[in-house]
Amino acid sequence: MDALLLVEQGLNGLQLGVMLFLMAAGLTLVFGIMDLINLAHGTFYMVGAYLTAALVPVLGSFPLALAAAVLLTALLGLVVEAVALRTLYRRDHLDQVLATFGLILFFNELVKIVFGPVPIFLNPPAALAGTVDLFGLKYPAFRLAILAVGIAVAVFLWLLIARTRVGMLIRAGATNREMVMALGVDVRRLFGLVFALGCGLAGLAGAMAGPVLAVQVGMGEQILILTFVVIVIGGIGSIRGALAGALLVGMVDTLGRALLPAAFRLVMDAANASAAGAALASMAIYVLMAVVLAIRPKGLFPAH
Amino acid sequence: MTRNLLTLASALALLATPAAADTLKIGMITTLSGPGAGLGIDIRDGFALAVEHAGGKLGGQDTQVIEADDQQKPDVAVGLANRMVERDRVQVVTGVVWSNLALAMLPTLAGGQTFFISPNAGPSQLAGAQCNPYFFNAAYQNDQIHEAVGKHVQDEGFKKVYLMAPNYPAGKDGLAGFKRYYKGEVAGEVYTQVGQLDYAAELAQLKAAAPDAVYVFYPGGMGINFIKQYEQAGLKGAVPLFGPGFSFDQDILAAVGESALGVKNSAQWSPDLDNAANKTFVADFKAKYGRIPSMYAAQGYDTALLIDTAVKAVGGNLKDKDKLRAALASAKLQSLRGEVAFNTNHYPIHDIYLREVVKGADGAVTNKTVATVFTNHADAYVKDCPMK
Repeated sequence: MDALLLVEQGLNGLQLGVMLFLMAAGLTLVFGIMDLINLAHGTFYMVGAYLTAALVPVLGSFPLALAAAVLLTALLGLVVEAVALRTLYRRDHLDQVLATFGLILFFNELVKIVFGPVPIFLNPPAALAGTVDLFGLKYPAFRLAILAVGIAVAVFLWLLIARTRVGMLIRAGATNREMVMALGVDVRRLFGLVFALGCGLAGLAGAMAGPVLAVQVGMGEQILILTFVVIVIGGIGSIRGALAGALLVGMVDTLGRALLPAAFRLVMDAANASAAGAALASMAIYVLMAVVLAIRPKGLFPAH
Repeated sequence: MTRNLLTLASALALLATPAAADTLKIGMITTLSGPGAGLGIDIRDGFALAVEHAGGKLGGQDTQVIEADDQQKPDVAVGLANRMVERDRVQVVTGVVWSNLALAMLPTLAGGQTFFISPNAGPSQLAGAQCNPYFFNAAYQNDQIHEAVGKHVQDEGFKKVYLMAPNYPAGKDGLAGFKRYYKGEVAGEVYTQVGQLDYAAELAQLKAAAPDAVYVFYPGGMGINFIKQYEQAGLKGAVPLFGPGFSFDQDILAAVGESALGVKNSAQWSPDLDNAANKTFVADFKAKYGRIPSMYAAQGYDTALLIDTAVKAVGGNLKDKDKLRAALASAKLQSLRGEVAFNTNHYPIHDIYLREVVKGADGAVTNKTVATVFTNHADAYVKDCPMK
């Protein structure tokens, strides 16, 4: 494998990691601060993708449709929090798992009724449809856009959490929720805000994933498992952990898929090597999770 | 007291219902939720349209279709197969999309002496050594579709082809089928995870291998992911892409739009096939469901036609299993794709076409038949099947 290919695979891993970070950041905030296990996080990812696909023909511009979709997804999050989740904070995790699983079924069915069962169309905007020449490496322009958006969100979240009053409460809430409540902070509003922020981030991830992946019912569940792996590796409730976990998972997954089949080819024939490599690569992130948890049982950067 | 009597009366009424003689009960176990749902829904809708065209009576019998969602999970599918045999006592199970599910369900259904008529999944195992008196396939043996593109790519003179498929039975069958007719160099043979979302790593390897053509088998959502990413990686137009009809069918074309234009693919059916039954089917399907039918919808329809033909041939007698089996096996099906006969392994002998993804007159992206690659094509595994 030559150097250019290795650089390209590195970029691929980075881009997948950034994508996962958009999902994981919201999930870890909700889990860490509100102590709510939200299995329906992937639902907001799906809603973000569907809304973007539906709004592009209406608004005629991808960035506008994306902005509108992210806002609408955050608003939907506010409504869902007020209607369905508020009563769950004091219940145990199993109840939350059941209730948010119910939300998945509800929203999947709703999207199927509104948009139909067949995957719908969403392509990147014309300006980002092709490839960009990076020192002789032709790289898909839209993947670079995902990378840029992910980095921008990471910076935004860092500023929000490290530099603002809301951020201070979020940090305090993640570390010691009871103490923040005891200090008389309007917890209800804080929770609503955090949940909407998480949903908006998931919606943004969905909107950015839509042009690359199939926009279809159930797309949220496919990425949810990876997202949970990310926050478990990173440590629950920590944005820094989510970033580190996401980049690690993105890299290990991509490089595993790129390098393992090649490694197996050294010792067996091509077809078997590819099948064995693919099988092992699909396990790589779980092996990574096991190794991380064996060394640091609470993840890399736990908030608690 | 009145209430108790009422309850008793309704309970008796419920018990009495199954006694109605010779209702044809069909279990439709298919994928109705999750990423593979588009395929199952098309099979179900195509099947329902055929039942509607037959006035609700397949083979002249009152027909009841019991739907169940296998969620694309083998364990769920086996549980449902059990339920259909034990509780619902259906005579026929159909609907299965995925080869791994079909393989898992067969022992339960065959053990319960329930006919299993696949509208899609056609794994090589069930065509060869593990063929079964209770298993029929109304659609194809998986390999047949791939063989056609293999022959086309060989005839067109491509010398260095890169192959990709998901790592599951139909994926391996597919590439084996392609290689049975393609004799040139294989620049790479890559198996990816079933349900994989991101193909960036594999596409980078593909580019580095510099093949002169690419053959991929990705059904459903995987196909959408792959085709979008293939174009975004700048490979569309640079390296010709080929695939079986599964990877470039209507369910996928609606979601990828013009990204797939010009791709040649193969199938036993195409929406533009010129026969009266097919024209009615395409028009009625569009009118009823508001979308162009896919191969899967046509296969669902053909499956119902096969049941209709066989049940008619036995005069509605569903109890004599040997007779019904003989009727299914000897059916000369006037299907949407023309005449289909069945081989000794219960798989079809039929024509396979080459299609091209084009923009139709109404602006919709769809498939156009461009050639007949095989006429009366049998599968490669029939010689291993002990049923003669």
